[in-house]
Amino acid sequence: MNYLASIGSYAIMIKEVFRKPTKWSIMKSLILKEIDELIFGSLGILIFISFFIGGVVAIQTALNITSELIPKNLVGFATRQSIILEFAPTFCSIIMAGKVGSYITSSIGTMRVTEQIDALEMMGVNALNYLVFPKIIALLLYPFLIAISMYIGIFGGWFAGVFGGFSTSADFVEGLQLDFIPFHVTYAFIKTLVFAFILATIPSFHGFYMKGGALEVGKAATTSFVWTSVVIIILNYVLTQLLLG
Amino acid sequence: MIEVNDIYKSFGDTHVLKGISTVFDKGKTNLVIGQSGSGKTVFLKCLLGLFSPDKGTISHDGKIYSQLSPKDQRNLRQDMGMVFQGNALFDSMTVEGNVMFPLEMFTKQSHSEMQDRADFVLKRVNLIDAHKKYPSEISGGMQKRVAIARAIVMNPRYLFCDEPNSGLDPRTAIIIDNLIQEITKEYDITTVVNTHDMNSVMEIGEKIVFLKNGIKEWEGTKDEIFKTDNEAVTSFVYSSELFKKVRQLYIGERD
Repeated sequence: MNYLASIGSYAIMIKEVFRKPTKWSIMKSLILKEIDELIFGSLGILIFISFFIGGVVAIQTALNITSELIPKNLVGFATRQSIILEFAPTFCSIIMAGKVGSYITSSIGTMRVTEQIDALEMMGVNALNYLVFPKIIALLLYPFLIAISMYIGIFGGWFAGVFGGFSTSADFVEGLQLDFIPFHVTYAFIKTLVFAFILATIPSFHGFYMKGGALEVGKAATTSFVWTSVVIIILNYVLTQLLLG
Repeated sequence: MIEVNDIYKSFGDTHVLKGISTVFDKGKTNLVIGQSGSGKTVFLKCLLGLFSPDKGTISHDGKIYSQLSPKDQRNLRQDMGMVFQGNALFDSMTVEGNVMFPLEMFTKQSHSEMQDRADFVLKRVNLIDAHKKYPSEISGGMQKRVAIARAIVMNPRYLFCDEPNSGLDPRTAIIIDNLIQEITKEYDITTVVNTHDMNSVMEIGEKIVFLKNGIKEWEGTKDEIFKTDNEAVTSFVYSSELFKKVRQLYIGERD
């Protein structure tokens, strides 16, 4: 029953986020601040992780090719498919649930604990619109991050494959171009946009409706990470079935 | 003037407010006192419109909050200033940003007009030198003054303060109390202060409402509170050794 009540509260929260908008001149600066915090602030960690995971995918694939019948370009092909279909959109979103999600929950939760949200509401400000809407808009740029992650992941695979002696550059690039289906990129970006909405709203929900003090802020951040990850994984399955199945 | 007429408020099976009626006059510092858990904060939140009473009405100069349209409720809210117990200043904004926030949100003034108004109220609370600092860089007493400046920047008709002295040393607490009273007189507003600090009662209590277990146990002035025979009030007022001695001296002088 608690889960149902939470789903209901979440739906009501989403409706409230889009009601009674904040003055555009203020909203504009809030959105820019969130873009800086959530998008540009995550660029470094995503580039770092993407490069190394791309490299590991290439090495693992190469090491598992034991038959002479399997073409050498499979390393590039497998790296591309893994990175575009799953690693960049899904794995990166789980990482973002930890990085961005816990930031969102703890910052909004701290505002709740220190009565800053009460102060907003008392002034007649729609606190949900003021706090959550800029995050949703900022995370519309999340596909931009994922596009960079795809590029860096594939580059990492090429780097590890070629400089580790597992593949030649020509074979790797041939594999990258083999049987390329442009819809796979579209599929990845559709998933990314859905995950972006989840990344902005579920952590906000856990922060906004938390009760208690500093300890509860920490607990809410952990719960938010768990639920954001669970929802991302379930939606990943549903969207894959719907778009590719 | 705020008129409270027989209000009740419950949360589940917990009955917090049980039929409170009173009037808070304009231009006076009205104090709501009582022990922790007596319903003071819920009462204040009802006055602010953050909670709606289950029964009874609250009227702000004749306007019954629960009967207003959402737009009129928002307009009425903009006539209210609130000083929160923990100040509730926005950490990410400077002192000036905090004070200008309501102006930015609800007025169409130019930036320079808003800045002038913010400077004016910051001067009023003796904080002009701190306007570029962040809340974490100033003392508790200064934060309280910023909270008061933010509460009065929109020229409110009603000022609400929840435990404005909590966490302050006695000297700073008196400065804050006096500031609240001066602002009340100067702007001729209706001020309601929630407190359990007897020093505040002595300093600024023009009208005092004593709550106990969600019931209005007593009301009167700061002079009357020392003469009352109401047992609940006397056990609250004279709970500290200092006030017990004050009472002995008072009774001694009277006899």
